[in-house]
Parts: sequence; C-alpha cells; structure tokens
Amino acid sequence: MREEWKGFVPGSWQNEINVRSFIHHNYSPYYGNEDFLAGPTKDTLDLWEKVSELKRREIEAGGVLDMDTRVVSTITSHGPGYIDKDKEKIIGLQTDMPLKRSLQPYGGIRMAMKACKDNGYSVDPEIVEFFTEHRKTHNAGVFDAYTPEMRKCRSNHIITGLPDAYGRGRIIGDYRRVALYGVDRLIEDKQRQKEATQGSMTADIIRDREELSEQIRALEMLKKLAEIYGCDISKPATTLKEATQALYFAYLAAVKEQNGAAMSLGRTSTFLDIYAERDLREGRITESEVQEIVDHFVMKLRMVCFARTPDYNAIFAGDPTWVTESIGGLGTDGRPLVTKMSFRYLNTLNNIGAAPEPNLTVLWSEHLPEAFKKYCAKISIEHHALQYENDDLMRPMHGDDYAIACCVSSMKIGKEMQFFGARANLAKCLLYAINGGVDEISGDQVGPEYRPVEGDYLDYDDVMAKYKEMMKWLAEVYVNTLNIIHYMHDKYSYERLQMALHDKHVRRWFATGIAGFSVVADSLSAIKYAKVKVIRNEKGIATDFITEGDFPKYGNDDDRVDSIAKEVLSMFIHCLRQNQTYRNGIITTSILTITSNVTYGKNTGATPDGRKQGEAFAPGANPMHGRDENGAVASLASVAKIPFIDSQDGISNTFTIIPSALGKTDEEREANLVALLDGYGRKGGFHLNVNVFDRELLLDAQKHPELYPQLTIRVSGYAVNFIKLTKQQQDEVISRTFHSEI
Amino acid sequence: MKGYIHSIESFGTVDGPGVRFVVFFQGCPMRCLYCHNPDTWTVGAGMQMSADEVLAKMLRNIDFYKTGGLTATGGEPLLQLEFLTELFSLAKDRGIHTCLDTSGITFSEGKTEAFDRLLSVTDLVMLDIKHIDDKKHKELTGHSNKTVLNFARYLNRRGVKMRVRQVLLPEYTDTEEQLLALGDFLSDFDNLEKIEILPYHTLGRAKYENMGIDYPLKDVVQMTDSDARRALKIIESKMK
Repeated sequence: MREEWKGFVPGSWQNEINVRSFIHHNYSPYYGNEDFLAGPTKDTLDLWEKVSELKRREIEAGGVLDMDTRVVSTITSHGPGYIDKDKEKIIGLQTDMPLKRSLQPYGGIRMAMKACKDNGYSVDPEIVEFFTEHRKTHNAGVFDAYTPEMRKCRSNHIITGLPDAYGRGRIIGDYRRVALYGVDRLIEDKQRQKEATQGSMTADIIRDREELSEQIRALEMLKKLAEIYGCDISKPATTLKEATQALYFAYLAAVKEQNGAAMSLGRTSTFLDIYAERDLREGRITESEVQEIVDHFVMKLRMVCFARTPDYNAIFAGDPTWVTESIGGLGTDGRPLVTKMSFRYLNTLNNIGAAPEPNLTVLWSEHLPEAFKKYCAKISIEHHALQYENDDLMRPMHGDDYAIACCVSSMKIGKEMQFFGARANLAKCLLYAINGGVDEISGDQVGPEYRPVEGDYLDYDDVMAKYKEMMKWLAEVYVNTLNIIHYMHDKYSYERLQMALHDKHVRRWFATGIAGFSVVADSLSAIKYAKVKVIRNEKGIATDFITEGDFPKYGNDDDRVDSIAKEVLSMFIHCLRQNQTYRNGIITTSILTITSNVTYGKNTGATPDGRKQGEAFAPGANPMHGRDENGAVASLASVAKIPFIDSQDGISNTFTIIPSALGKTDEEREANLVALLDGYGRKGGFHLNVNVFDRELLLDAQKHPELYPQLTIRVSGYAVNFIKLTKQQQDEVISRTFHSEI
Repeated sequence: MKGYIHSIESFGTVDGPGVRFVVFFQGCPMRCLYCHNPDTWTVGAGMQMSADEVLAKMLRNIDFYKTGGLTATGGEPLLQLEFLTELFSLAKDRGIHTCLDTSGITFSEGKTEAFDRLLSVTDLVMLDIKHIDDKKHKELTGHSNKTVLNFARYLNRRGVKMRVRQVLLPEYTDTEEQLLALGDFLSDFDNLEKIEILPYHTLGRAKYENMGIDYPLKDVVQMTDSDARRALKIIESKMK
C-alpha cells in the first residue's frame, strides 16, 4: 500500500480508478445527531466578514465587482489570488482577485463582449479580433449550422434558453479522484486509454484521440495550477486538508475554463469524511479544525462567479452557478451514506449564514437515519436553502455513487455526463396546434402549416390530434437544434478537465426539457371539461379564450386532469425518442424551468386555462399559483403522479409553506416536515424545494433589501439570494401558492 | 348516509398530533364572537359526501399520514354524530388515528349511547372550553357551558384522552380569574394530555366581510404567543 493511503481499508480502488470502491471500503455511517458539531472559528468569521463586504460592494456596483478584459481564462492563466492569505485554510480563486469575473470567450466571443459591455467593461480589441477572425467559437459554429427554421423557433420563443451562446455545463468531473490518486496517476491512466484507442481512423476514433490528448494536457495544467499556489497535487493527499484542497483545485480548474450554466461539484462529503475520520483517529486534528476546513471550502464555492449578461439573468435569475453538492442517500447495501461530514456541510449554513451556493441537495430516503432527517428539516426551516431529491427513485437507476448536476439532473459520477438541452415551450406548442403553426404573438408561420382549429369552440379530440402532430414537429426540430449545439460545443469549447475526470467510456444523457407543463394540463382539462370559446384577431389567429364552466385543475389530486398531465409528458418523450441524437445520447426530459417560467410566460399568448397573455407560467412541474386548493398533500400528490421514467432528467417542485402551517413548536415543525418528505418520497415524488416563511417576509425584503443581504429562498431547482432577483421575478415568487391553514 | 362537509385540508399540522387529514364539518350551533370559520355555521349546506368517499380521499395519500391521522373539526362535528361515528369507525378499521375537535355543546348527560359508540372509535378529543364561567360563556357563544363541562367529565370517566383548547381573547378569557378557575376545574382530570392556548387572531375577519356579516370584535387586538405562554402558566399554577 502507498504511504499516503496508510490507515485505509484496501480494495479494488487501489488497482483501478474507482472512488466508489474506496468510499464503500472505508466510510463510517453516522446515526447520531448534530451535537458533535463545532461553531465557526475566529478566522472563519473574519474571512466571511471580508467576503460579505466584497459581496456588498458587488451589489452596490450593480452586480459585478470587477471583470477581466485582457486575459483569456485557462487553468493556469492567472497568478495566485487570495482573500486573506494568512487566514485561508483552502486557497485558490478563479482569477487573481476575489469576485473578479474571468474572460471566457470559447463559448462565444459576442456573449463575452456583451457581458462586459452590459456591465460597463470592454474586451481587449486584440482578443476580440483573435476570436472573431482567427479562432472560431462555439456560438459562431452553431450559427453556421442552424437552419432558418431553427432560428425562427428560437426568435419566437418556442425553444429558448438554448446553450448556443454560453457554456452548456451540467458535466460533473469526479474531482475526488485528484485527492485520492494524485494527478500523476490519472495522467498515466489517460495515457493508457489513448494508447488503446487505435485501429482504423474513423472520425470517431480521431475525435477520441484528440479529446484524450486534451484531457492529458488539462491534467498537466491542473498540476501547474496547484504549483502556482505552492501546492503539489501530483501524489495522493495525506490529510483532510490536502484532500479538500486537491479536490477544490480540480473543481477550480473546471470553473476557470468553463462558464457552464451549471458547474456542479458532485458528492464529496462522505468521501472527505474518510480523511477527517483518519485524521481524528490519529489525533492530528480537532472537530473545530475539521469544520473550519469545510467552512473555508464552502466559502470558496460561494465565491464562484461568471461574466454574464442581463438576458442570461432573465432565464437564470440571481446569478446562480449551481455548485450542486449531493448529500446523503443510501448505499446499495442499505447502509446510509450519511456521515458526520454530511452534518458538517449543512452546518456551514449556521456558521456562515444562508447562501444559495453551494446548491445543497439532500438525497432523501425514508430509510435515512432519523437524526439526520430531523437535522435536515431543522436546517430547511431555518435557512430555506435545501432541496430534496428522491434517492429511492434514482438509486435503482444510477447505483449509489451518482450526483445531481444543476437542479435535478442525476448522473453517475465520472461515468455519465449530460448534454444540457434547455427546454421547449409546450404551452406555445398547444397554441401552434390551434393556430396551424402560426405564432400567436408575432404572426409568423413558425411551425408547419397544418390545418388550424376551426369553429368557435375547442373540441378535445380535435385539439389533441392536432397537438400530437405539432409536438412531433417540435420534437424533431428541437433535437436537431441540440445536435448542432453539442457537436459545436465539443468541437470549440470542449470540457477537457471535467472529461479528464471521467472514465473513457461515458454514457451521455441527451437532456431536453419542458416549460408550461401545468398550463398545458389545465388548458386541456378546460377544453375537455368546460366549454372554451376561441377569440380570434383580424388575421384569424386565436389570441384569447373564454372559458365557460369549471374544470378540474392540476394540483388537487384529481385524476381527471392529472392523467392529462401524464399523457402530455408521455406524448412528448415519445416524440423526442423518435429522433437520432449526437453521439448516441440517450434522450431524457425534465420538467424544470429554472426561473425562465417568467420569461416563457411573457412570450406566450393567452391559453385556454384562463391564463392571460404574458402571465408567468408556474415553475417546473408546480401547479399554477393559487389553483391548488386542497392543501399541500393534494398538491404534492398531483406532482408525485408524474412518472420519473418518462422524465428521468427530473421533475421539479417548489413548495412554500408558512411556519405556522407546519406546526406549533420547532419540534413539531421538524417532525411534520420529515413526515411530508417521507410521504412525498413514498408516493414517488422526485424533487422538492422547501421554503418555510411568510409572504410578509418577502414583501419586507423587497422594500428593505439592505436588511436581508443573505435571505435565501428556493426557486426552481436552486436557491437564490432574494434581493438579487428583478422586481418582476420577486413579484412572481411572492404570487406563488403559500400553503397555509387557518 | 351522507355527511355535510365544508372542506378538507390535506395537510393539517395544528389540529392534533402529526400530519393530519382534516375534515371540516358543515354546520354549528355556536356563534362564538371570535369564530374564524363563519362559513361553516349554516346547517345542511356544503358538499354531501359519504364516509367512504371522505376516507377514500385520505387513503389515496395515506403515505403522508403515518405520523398523524384523521381529524374531524368544523363547524361542529357532533351535529352529525351518526355520520361522524361511521367515518371514525371506517378509519379505525384501517388503523388510522382519529381525533375529534369539538365544543362538546350537543352532549346530553341522560342518553350517552350514541356518544359511547363514537368514543369507542375516537383516540383523542380536543375539547374547546370557550370560557369556564357560565355567564361569560353565554356572552361569548350564545350557549351555557354546562354541557361542555359535563362532556369533559364524561370523557374522563370513559378514559378518553383529552386535550383542552381555549382561545385567549382580551377581556374575556385572558383574565387571571378565568384562567385560575379553568386550571382549578382541570386539576383532577386524569385523561388530560395537554392544554393548548390559542392566541386570538384576526385572520377570519376577511371571511366576515366576504359574507357581509358584521365582525363583532372590531376593536379587539390580536394576542401573541407570549401572551399564550403566560396564560398557560397561570392555568398550570392551579394544577400541581
């Protein structure tokens, strides 16, 4: 056994790159409660004060503190940067200054320029010239290949939020490998993989060889990055501090080169706990020192930032980075993967206050230790910064070493990756079915010129038949658009460091998404169970509807409409699956809108459910605001019916409840939240964002943002700093259903 | 038979232990000044549902209620005694915890057979004692509290677990005299599990406006949790 691994239980992890084997041979499940936890050290508080001050200044400066306009960011592009060198236990920044946003033009030089310009900076003209004239970007490649139809779909907002001008993200490098094996061993492994990639030189083999070369180059640079900070990560880590530092350097290298929409961390807590336990056992560290390392690591994760435009912010509000960390879950052997480190990660919210990042995600199972479940509930109630995802649904699919990328996308770490595909607007698609492919707002013929609905009243069977045809068209153009995007992203903005921390053979999920889910379900229900009259404008386009009579609404545990919701999903995934995908990606879909439900709604005409033109959609798979009238359980039960198998990339549900409706005492509230999560999980519910607060709190924060610098709320798959949302987005959040009981 | 149901709350957390399926019965003989559910007063209105139908709604999502159970409230559930008994019997057959939230106002000492049947399928009664003084009770609700107090004694005799609730209302129930007398009354109940003091709030007021009824407590201020804690201390001082 190598010297660095002394004290670890041997296993196959020694002979092959296999972090899961290491974890399962070595981790200690923890069944106790939170009493062992340590508070923040003085250094932690001092550092956090400095970071808070920087964040305050950033908000005062309009959202951006500083931008790099001259140095193209690579893993080794910048000298070392610090917050306070003497106090930081975990070091390393994206650039040479804290919160200075790096310049990353490979996704698209125009986007990089616009991000600078909108924030009052301008990119060095030489760089602009280079990336315009001499080095093509992802964005330029995509637009070279787009068809006129794709452009039309984009500009008419039936497909939007596409990663064609920014990094696609949602790829999780197995950053733990760097800590466990050291970079040298990983390079050796990649070299062997490259040697084994031989034979007749087809385009696929050539691409594989080129990609492996890039991966090896990135790993060499990763070693250099550590050297810039005076560290050596070529060999395995010997202590918790070294392991955390190595893991962080690997993650840092990824965010230095990719400003992907979601740059998630993986599932690191139980892995690091093994190092903490070894150090504690050998008397090399105290609990307070362990917590300090975790707090400082998390502080760094909270500082990750990218140069982005206000347009981007409209889709992904609040400047999120989705440093998603998955905590808990069970092993396939039934032992919980909960360790003391799981508690310590959650404890950072106590020690340095609530924050949207890292996006702490609890992999929930009713079989998790009770003390851990209660602690999660307690933290949720206090900080509203956690989300929950159903481990009992995902474990059979991915085993027990998967993690969540972004909000709800599950993947095996280092073995699976995802091609992120934004989302299609199914509510607009329904209007296209009614209007024969004509956009209800622009009047353009965007979809195929099928026969529109005729007559004054909508007939369910007629609309459904037309909807299916239109969906088929949408699915095809959507998948093809994504094929172009991912081809170009691989070509011009390849995630070499993240892919270097994957196996050679990776499974690629080809993600798509749905917006307007509950609007469609309710609209079809209105057509089926009430009478919907069409109002057409002078061009004959249906622009409004008059609904006579009542109809069942999604969110009330009413099978009449919930079955329609299921059918719509099943129709769409079926249409999607009929298409050929880039690199044989396996098609999945998600019902997740991030905060784009506001933008999508803004760009969609009136719908038969009574929603007016421009009105926001409900987020993700949520019922429409205020239409869930039978209490929280009925609302959750409706969403839980949506089958995971048809929406494997996640079904997002954001749940807000006022504290007094959750119980009278803290203890009751915790127990009731646990019961609710257990119930939702058993019903097959996939994801739940939990917010516990009164509407008045948000109204007050809107009025006095200066009093709520750290107010964090869950929106749709992630958390945001409430005061960073636009007024419109804040209003939308305030208008959502707050479950209460009088 | 069918019952008259005002509404159902699928996630109740304040009407009994754990997460509960709360059925609001339609119809109430009381006219408490602070009532926050005036829409449940009228007898014979609301949805008509069979006990099977009500329970089926709960059973669909039984996974959520493992820590709690079924609560009947209202309105006054005892106005539909037979229906209530049927509902609770069906629930007990399934091993579901049953809880009755009542004012006890329809109780009659003489003929308890129907009540005996109900209590044989009731795990917990939350009894609202609106006021311990009979005169004040009449002022507050329009009825005497004799039957209420008799009902409490009857529950004790039968050994049915009881939680007593009282709304803390300025100038009515928050006087030391009232609180001490209540404590005195409750001091020899073996079945008493808990006393809950609910601070008066004005959340029901909008309903009065919607229904076009005059709100009787216009100038009364809301009470706070700390008021409730203080009141509870006074009650408990009599119970040692």
